[in-house]
Amino acid sequence: MFYREAGDFKTSYAEDSQTFPIKFDRYRYYAVLVIAFAVVPFVINDYWVNAVFLPFLIYAIAAIGLNILTGYCGQVSLGTGGFMAVGAYACYKLMTSFPEVSILIHVILAGGITAGVGVLFGLPSLRIKGFYLAVATLAAQFFLVWLFNRVPWFYNYSASGQISAPERTVLGVPVTGAETAPWAAYLVCLLFVTASALVARNLTRGMAGRKWMAIRDMDIAAEIIGVDPLKAKLSAFAVSSFFIGIAGALFFSVYLGAVEVGEAFGINKSFLVLFMVIIGGLGSIFGSFAGAAFLVLLPVFLKNLLVGGLGWPTDLAAHLEFIIVGALIIVFLVAEPHGLAQLWRVAKEKLRLWPFPH
Amino acid sequence: MPEQLVFAMEVFLNGLMAGVLYALVALGFVLIYKASGIFNYAQGVMALFAALTLVGIMDGQVPFSHLINAVFGTEIHHFGWHLPALLAIVLTMVVMIALAWLVNHFVFRHLVNQEPIILFMASIGLAYFLEGMGDIMWGADIKKLDVGLPQGINSAIDEITFGIFDYGFFIDNLDIVATGIAALLVVGLVIFAQYTKQGRAMRAVADDHQAALSVGISLNYIWVMVWSLAGFVALVAGIVWGTKSGVQFSLSLIALKALPVLMLGGFTSIPGAIVGGLIIGVGEKLFEFAIGPMIGGATENWFAYVLALIFLVFRPQGLFGEKIIERV
Repeated sequence: MFYREAGDFKTSYAEDSQTFPIKFDRYRYYAVLVIAFAVVPFVINDYWVNAVFLPFLIYAIAAIGLNILTGYCGQVSLGTGGFMAVGAYACYKLMTSFPEVSILIHVILAGGITAGVGVLFGLPSLRIKGFYLAVATLAAQFFLVWLFNRVPWFYNYSASGQISAPERTVLGVPVTGAETAPWAAYLVCLLFVTASALVARNLTRGMAGRKWMAIRDMDIAAEIIGVDPLKAKLSAFAVSSFFIGIAGALFFSVYLGAVEVGEAFGINKSFLVLFMVIIGGLGSIFGSFAGAAFLVLLPVFLKNLLVGGLGWPTDLAAHLEFIIVGALIIVFLVAEPHGLAQLWRVAKEKLRLWPFPH
Repeated sequence: MPEQLVFAMEVFLNGLMAGVLYALVALGFVLIYKASGIFNYAQGVMALFAALTLVGIMDGQVPFSHLINAVFGTEIHHFGWHLPALLAIVLTMVVMIALAWLVNHFVFRHLVNQEPIILFMASIGLAYFLEGMGDIMWGADIKKLDVGLPQGINSAIDEITFGIFDYGFFIDNLDIVATGIAALLVVGLVIFAQYTKQGRAMRAVADDHQAALSVGISLNYIWVMVWSLAGFVALVAGIVWGTKSGVQFSLSLIALKALPVLMLGGFTSIPGAIVGGLIIGVGEKLFEFAIGPMIGGATENWFAYVLALIFLVFRPQGLFGEKIIERV
């Protein structure tokens, strides 16, 4: 009834091509933003921030990054964990080398450094395609983790081999280190998520995004109509790694505080983010959020249900969680291979006509 | 002969042996990829699951005992019998065939004609599922597996090499046996694929699903058969690796060792899996021996990938893979 294009007249090209063409969607979007920025910080506590909100926001950035590479440009990457580690270690080195510069700038710079590394490991994509490339990106994963483990310069020669974030403030409020208030950490991540989503959305529907999609759909045909595969693929690797690097930097500095590289950025992280992208929906920014939310909430929910609700031993619950996550992924792929974003799209189509069937 | 060279020779031989073990895992990948186009990440976990089941059956463990105890408050653990290894292997194979049927029936039959990435993700989902399942069925503790394979240093080689170089090579008996098993397995698979009716049907399906279907080959049957074969290869790999380093979670990580082997040899070639395994095995051991100490060691984790990557840049389909022909 109120979910209609009818009566909402577009009078300029910009209005016509906006992200949310339906008025209701637009208001909903602003409402979500207002609630996320102005209401949530006042009501959340430590548990919610650390168990749900921070992982969700940070994984959402990583999923957006991987979605650009895999969903929009069609290059499957299993190196996400390694690239997140680059972001984390770059952020750490910058934080300890230039303590007077704002942490926000460090996080963005860390993203930039990761973009450079991503381009380097993206070079083989010009020769290697499909699964051969997916496996080749594992080289990045294992090599980078090994590098950060073995070269003491990266962890400032600390005895434990860990890196831990010193305290840094934004506008006088600590956002990293032990003194961080939950709402401050939340707001910093939210800021980056909002900016990332905006940038990603506008990149993917502009010329860059169209080039990526052309390469994804058929790279030879794209080359024939004048898309430079070198530039398109490498720019996808760069942009994707930039977001993943930011996610890694936030994951280390704001969320965990102290990181051991093999544990925090291992191969499982790569798979987790890839799952988020697939379950959320390839080639959709909304899908990245949906996938991240689903895979962050599921273990929390299962743990509360099995350990808290039924009183089973934690190791049993952990194994059951594996089974359920695995089964759910399979069920999802069988039922809706295009992910949560497709369900959302179908729902919106139905809503436009509701209550009429046609 | 200089000492370093003798050491290098020993490393080389050990690398060959390690390569055979990698190839064992890679074989299972190749089988499934050829027949159904599924890049089966779960192969490593299947090896773990097979080994866990084998140990469980041999020791007479009650499956799901932990879960049953937690739900019903009982205290059951073992049936109290010990089965001979051969019988247990046969029973495990029955379980693997059942698993193959289940996997085909509930997962991949519904995903025919999906994009390869979706199939790959489904196999990762399967890997998660099997990992949890194996732990819940048989418990997560490290188990010893002993089906009677010989272990320990091979004294004959030790003595002969000592006679020649004044330095005895350390070659594990188990590795020698594993090499024999792998050779048998490859010969067996090639004979099966070339000379039996089912093998021919399998190759037909690998070439073209629809054409195979139209001449009356049952796709479901072939897929269950291929998954069973992969289950068998996984069981063999599980036995060898389980005897070597105990049956534990890290066994599933051998899949990650097999991936560069596959890349190098080509996803579709059985000889490629063997040759790739040998190159990777020797390459990573020699690199660790010669360069590793200079750059901090533990290079084995990534060197295989980088080596495979370098090969691929020159031959994008791997050494023995089918030539990639792209049409617009």
